[in-house]
Amino acid sequence: MTSPPTEAAIARPSFVPLRERLATFRPGLLLSVAVLVVAALACVAPGLLAPASPTDADPVAALLPPGGEHWFGTDQLGRDVYARVVHGARHSLLLGVGATALGVLVGLLIGLPSALLGRFADQVAMRSMDVMLALPELLLALLVIAVVGPSSVNAALAIAVSSVPGYARLVRGQAQVVRRAEYIRSAIGLGLRRRTVVLRHVVPNTLGPLVVPATLGVGTAIIAGSALSFLGLGPKAPTPEWGAMLAQGRDALQSAWWIAVFPGAAITLSVVAVTVVGRQLHIGLEGRPGR
Amino acid sequence: MTVSTTEPAPDAPDPADAANTEDAPDGPDAASPPDPTASALAVRSLTVSFGHGRRRRTVVHDVSLTLAPGECLALVGESGSGKSVTARSLIGLAGPDAAVRAEGLWVNGRDATGFRERDWRTVRGRVVGLVSQDALGALDPLRRIGAEVAEPLLVHSLATRAEVPGRVNALLAGAGVPEPEVRARQYPHQLSGGLRQRALIASATAGGPRVIVADEPTTALDVTVQARVLELLRELKESGTALLLISHDLAVVAQLADRIAVMTDGRVVESGPAADVLGAPVHPYTRTLIASVPGRRPPEPAPRAPAGEGDVRPLLSGTGLVKRYASPGGGRRTAVSHVDFTVAPGETLGVVGESGSGKSTLAALAMGLLAPDEGEVLLDGGPWSALDERRRRPLRRDIQLVHQDPLGSFDPRFTVRRILDEALSVAGPARAVRRRERAAELLDQVGLDPELLERRPARLSGGQRQRVAIARALATGPRLLVCDEPVSALDVTVQAQVLELLARLRETYGLAMLFISHDLAVVQQVSDRVLVMRDGVVVEQGPVAEVLGAPAHPYTRTLLASVPRLPDHAS
Repeated sequence: MTSPPTEAAIARPSFVPLRERLATFRPGLLLSVAVLVVAALACVAPGLLAPASPTDADPVAALLPPGGEHWFGTDQLGRDVYARVVHGARHSLLLGVGATALGVLVGLLIGLPSALLGRFADQVAMRSMDVMLALPELLLALLVIAVVGPSSVNAALAIAVSSVPGYARLVRGQAQVVRRAEYIRSAIGLGLRRRTVVLRHVVPNTLGPLVVPATLGVGTAIIAGSALSFLGLGPKAPTPEWGAMLAQGRDALQSAWWIAVFPGAAITLSVVAVTVVGRQLHIGLEGRPGR
Repeated sequence: MTVSTTEPAPDAPDPADAANTEDAPDGPDAASPPDPTASALAVRSLTVSFGHGRRRRTVVHDVSLTLAPGECLALVGESGSGKSVTARSLIGLAGPDAAVRAEGLWVNGRDATGFRERDWRTVRGRVVGLVSQDALGALDPLRRIGAEVAEPLLVHSLATRAEVPGRVNALLAGAGVPEPEVRARQYPHQLSGGLRQRALIASATAGGPRVIVADEPTTALDVTVQARVLELLRELKESGTALLLISHDLAVVAQLADRIAVMTDGRVVESGPAADVLGAPVHPYTRTLIASVPGRRPPEPAPRAPAGEGDVRPLLSGTGLVKRYASPGGGRRTAVSHVDFTVAPGETLGVVGESGSGKSTLAALAMGLLAPDEGEVLLDGGPWSALDERRRRPLRRDIQLVHQDPLGSFDPRFTVRRILDEALSVAGPARAVRRRERAAELLDQVGLDPELLERRPARLSGGQRQRVAIARALATGPRLLVCDEPVSALDVTVQAQVLELLARLRETYGLAMLFISHDLAVVQQVSDRVLVMRDGVVVEQGPVAEVLGAPAHPYTRTLLASVPRLPDHAS
């Protein structure tokens, strides 16, 4: 093709429109948000999604395959698996969210003084974190359970404790960056009190960049929580918890696959959804102007 | 596909037809453009836009330029004027998102309108060399300098492998790099900024290009280093290389350019021989630009000189200040060494020095943000640096800082209103409603619309940000402003406005200033007295007219001689 001299394109237009359209249309993100909305609904009002009771046993209807009456089938005791998955969301997801929130909070309480108070505090805090990091997270959680005993709350506590060293290190690193920022010097130069500077400027700007790792951490915490329940160290028996349901369905996997597969899918879906949304947050926040 | 419909710029050569015939004849009338096929680089009606559909933004409108062999054409403009995009489009480097159109483009006489990436590759380095501002970014951090310089030689098969080391040494030596054998084996981060820029020039000239496109080649450099790099570019030009020089700095351009094209908002508003553009500018924008160059007024004796040195107690003074930092390789580096200074009430003390001279450390010492290792800073004759922070805090409102990077000095989450409110809460009215009103007044004082109160600084322009920073500094009712390179990051017209604002505020409030800058011309314009620093030591100090008019120390003289100035005949 020969262009007339008045309209010679030196660089041909690239395929930006298509790329832009792909960039704005993200089915995976939409789907993930939808999954999280449903999961949140299941946490807040499980009765709305699944009117059946998650704990009522009906021996006559035991081990029914998925069908019209029981969408996800029934388990060995004749409990509706769908109802149990829906009602289990509260335990499994809140465990993940709660454990992460606690982990971040304690991480902040250790990491911040570590970054701000000088070398001795830093050494003490970070070396103790190193000791904790030396143990695998799940082992550390098991250790905590061994001390405090198995229960729903203790499982969250155990997972929180095992995640503290990671968050403490992140907080410390971020706080060290923020501490040296010019706006901190400006705040000091204005004559603000140290406490004001820390609470108003250092803490919020340290926590901001933590949103993304914490969101991704929720996914990890859900898995860890399910793992503890699977081992029987989570909530007590009739409580519908995804990890515990997996354990319960494990022996019947060949005859009644649905008992384990549906809670397993629920774990996978929610972890993937949390991770996808977390990544998107990451991209969104990285791109924001002015740090 | 759109054809640019904009009118040609006043002085641009008319778009002649038959542009791409081999021997386009020059028309009988004298204004007709030179034959593009005989030029080093030429473009006619260049239009560059980014984005598509409604989001399409045209950043270069209908620009026509011709660069003759051995000539230096300077493209001058402020940030966002489209000068860099223009230059990069001429060598096919506008980027994948740019839509570049022109009636004609010639590189070394070859019609380049149909060039594909493969064609450009044969031209770049061999026919056209690029020198960019950011030498650290332009050099691969993982490759030695020698490999970088050798690359064009090998890519264009201009030397055999055996010849390469000798050629590289010759090129580095030619670019004024001392000890080329040693430097060739080093990595970019081991070189100083000036040496890096020279290595980049060596690499750009390795292929013996006919044209060099230099995009702000000296902007990040100290003046004395800048002078040497400009000298190097001049030698290249004299050896017959055509030079397209892109710069925001008219004074730099005046050193080299044969012809100047002034760009603003993507258009060339004025172009012509350098002497004409600088001496008799026609377009109002060019006039503003020239008038904004700092230090154009001859140094005048301080008009509001403090009432005698002896009987006025200094507002802030430092004696025998020493500050050392631990250096990465162990040991200590002395950043500030036995410095004495005084600032009288209402007086402006300028501090001049190149990078690493310790001037920012001096600012931090004056602010009481760093404690000196030796010596003491006194405020009103009483202790300042020796106070503990609890006792110093209530006095901090008296000394406020205006920083080079205003954006970095604001909490990124804060709006302008919160920024000002925080400063007002230190010393302003107690009631929140009154502080709101006061914040609006402050913005008004620094020449900003109070509507900007709800904006975040990231969404303001550089000049607006610096005005907000000044408003914040004023909020505590200070007696001394420490200005650390307050206008260095600003465009020259904005710089002139901010300097004017500072001068006005100084008159209004009787503010004293400690004004720190690498730019002699700026310091000369604002200061009563000046202090010249080098390697942490004060080499000379005194009244501006004395120090800059009749410098006693050789370093001051070198510094003064290195500052590019507009020729005297400039309007």
